[in-house]
Amino acid sequence: MVSVPILEMKNINKSFSSVKVLNDVQLSIQPGEVHALMGENGAGKSTLMNILMGVHSADSGEIYLDGAKIVNSNPKEAMAKGISMIHQELNPVLDMDVSENIFLGREIKKGTSGILSIVNKKQMRHETQKLFDAVGIDIQPSALMRDLSVAQSQLVEIIKAISISARIIIMDEPTSAITEKEVDILFEQIRKLRESGVAIIYISHKMEEIFSIADSITVLRDGQFVSSDNASNLNKDKLIKLMVGRELTEIFPKTEAEIGEVVMEVNNYSFKPKVRNVNFNLRRGEILGIAGLVGAGRSELVEALFGVHKSAEGSLFINGQDVKIRQTGDAIKNKIALITEDRKQTGLNLIASIEDNITIVSLDKLFPRGVINRHKEDEVVDKSIVKFGVKAASKKNKVQSLSGGNQQKVVIAKWLLTDPQIIIMDEPTRGIDVGAKRDIYLLIGELVKAGKSVLMISSEIQEVMGVADRILVMAEGRITGELERKDFSQEKIMHYASQFNRGKEDEETE
Amino acid sequence: MKKLNNIMNVQLMRELGIVIVFVVILAILMILSPNAFARPANLMNIFKQASINGILAMGMMFVIISGGIDLSVGSIVALTGVVAASFAHPGEYPLIVPIILALVIGLFIGWFNGVGIAYGNIPPFIVTLGTMTMIRGVALIVSKGAPVFGVTDAFENIAGAFLFDTIPLLVVYFIVITIVSAYILTKAVFGRRVYAIGGNEISAAFSGIKVEKIRIMVYMISGLFAGFAGLLLASRTVSGIPTAGQSYELDAIAAVIIGGVSMSGGSGRWYGTVIGALLIAVIGNGLDILNVSSHYQLVIKGAIIIVAVLLDVKSKERTA
Repeated sequence: MVSVPILEMKNINKSFSSVKVLNDVQLSIQPGEVHALMGENGAGKSTLMNILMGVHSADSGEIYLDGAKIVNSNPKEAMAKGISMIHQELNPVLDMDVSENIFLGREIKKGTSGILSIVNKKQMRHETQKLFDAVGIDIQPSALMRDLSVAQSQLVEIIKAISISARIIIMDEPTSAITEKEVDILFEQIRKLRESGVAIIYISHKMEEIFSIADSITVLRDGQFVSSDNASNLNKDKLIKLMVGRELTEIFPKTEAEIGEVVMEVNNYSFKPKVRNVNFNLRRGEILGIAGLVGAGRSELVEALFGVHKSAEGSLFINGQDVKIRQTGDAIKNKIALITEDRKQTGLNLIASIEDNITIVSLDKLFPRGVINRHKEDEVVDKSIVKFGVKAASKKNKVQSLSGGNQQKVVIAKWLLTDPQIIIMDEPTRGIDVGAKRDIYLLIGELVKAGKSVLMISSEIQEVMGVADRILVMAEGRITGELERKDFSQEKIMHYASQFNRGKEDEETE
Repeated sequence: MKKLNNIMNVQLMRELGIVIVFVVILAILMILSPNAFARPANLMNIFKQASINGILAMGMMFVIISGGIDLSVGSIVALTGVVAASFAHPGEYPLIVPIILALVIGLFIGWFNGVGIAYGNIPPFIVTLGTMTMIRGVALIVSKGAPVFGVTDAFENIAGAFLFDTIPLLVVYFIVITIVSAYILTKAVFGRRVYAIGGNEISAAFSGIKVEKIRIMVYMISGLFAGFAGLLLASRTVSGIPTAGQSYELDAIAAVIIGGVSMSGGSGRWYGTVIGALLIAVIGNGLDILNVSSHYQLVIKGAIIIVAVLLDVKSKERTA
């Protein structure tokens, strides 16, 4: 294929608050091809697509459509140029019917245009039917979106994209929530679109899908362009190598700690449908990593262990004792700490002071009589701030005034003040700079040296390999693999992380 | 650093702003009416007028800081007033009976509100709108639609007596409840948790706080204070009036909001609420003395609420 590319993105650079997420990235798409965009979590795929759609603006770089330079400053402009995106998480208006969703924001109107015009529902349904007939989709235009399956909603989104005469359709993990049969329907539509000259940018972690649908594949890694090739020149192993790529170049300070007896034993833990029959144990002084793709159920697993989800099932032994954790307070009493992934949602009360945030979990321990002693609280907080290097003008300042790295330090200070034995960290280094990351690795090392145990979720394979003594890999809510430190390899982790079908087979036999 | 200072200043300004507005209004009224308004007896009177609303506002403050709202307090005032008066006829029951009944009923309605909100997952506005209507109905049923008269002198003295022959007991109650509330909010672990669930309920739950329990307790405090206010109102008016206390909930909310407590929860200070309650009373009293019609008073009171919230919103925009 040596025609003029329908889309070219050249030398795209983008930083978020001084963290470089895209570095001179390029992408070239031919008309009528399915082009897979691959990379690990955080490789920059979503950011690149958001720049194309005008959600973010690039710091530098150019975008060419049919050889002509374009600038999209919002998604509406991108859509007007025939570029549309089907998001991983759909957000249709559930209480409107299918045709209304397809024509949302560009309704067909009766009579005069202007403020008094009336929506022509009949015409909209008729047009929708015509669109459906053209591709052979069997959905009623008058059906409520609420009543459709996820796959049907996907199809409606795709038809919506076509109906605005899209020439480039971006699909972000379109099969993450649909069954195999529905995947077939989706792929059939994708092939039809391809024949009519529409270019598809396809983002997925599922290797099998990529090789069954993609014509060419571009790989990004750590915000950099790695390669772009025809799918026929690649195979699964080659692709994984390209995605995880380089040797361990970053330095992960690994502290050698003595690994002792089992402190936590997890038996048959489930929080359906996100977590299924998980078994593992954690030893004193051990750093146990949990790897896997986004959506593998890792966060849900640790939340279930921590008592966040009331419907979680399974048994848990701590230091050999059978414990029941029904609410987060039970976990805290059993000396478990959960440093969550989302600081703003689950980690902090942003409008409260640094001091109030640090002591909130430990109030009962510090002040068993229920009365706060300000002097004592100040002393404790001052110590924590120094110990964890929180940089702030005053401990009375609101947490929302701090940088991401400093907010993370406040979360860690808050949880370590409870003197936990088992520290669960969910993506502890997400969105913070390299220096702060290193501080956290060092801290983890100190914790295990002091005889504590760490359970760390990380989507960065380098990080989990650099820090952990042992790694569990999850896919679709199950543990699909376990690796000892001597057996660590990126290929093995990726292999276990992309074992998708096992879950579905088991479900059928259940 | 500059940004941090900015945030501090906005906060300080915001809290000072209420004080300044209060002082300015007080000064204007004193100048306009040096003989009537500024008399010590009248100033004490303002305090007295602020008391019942101030007590309700203290309960409301807990609710609003926790991220909720309680519309039922006006109806609780009516019901507890009617019940208390019914048990305060001469020669029937000891004085403690109407007092305990008023408090227990207030507490129970607050508990009901809290359970509906915490476990029923119904928005506070809806639950308390429902109980507001229900309780008003119950007050009318219990009293058969007519005021309950004929209470003992002792009952009348609950609100009508003076401490050291100078300070009205109403004012004493207001001060005591303010001190207790301020203590709970600033010194007790419980108070810290009220702020925590109002600021970010999810992170509070992840931090081991029993969010449901705190929520229920907050509404129980509001109900208890409303029950006490109902008792005081019945004592002051020497009767239990089933239609009493209408729109008292709005005055209580107004006092809290004027005092700088954010409607979205998680922030606010007790002294703001005190100033809010006093400000409402000052305006009412001052305008009465200046012979401003009560119709105009409503317009002025409403405008002050809007300005107060406007300040709140603007300060948030600045810090965001």
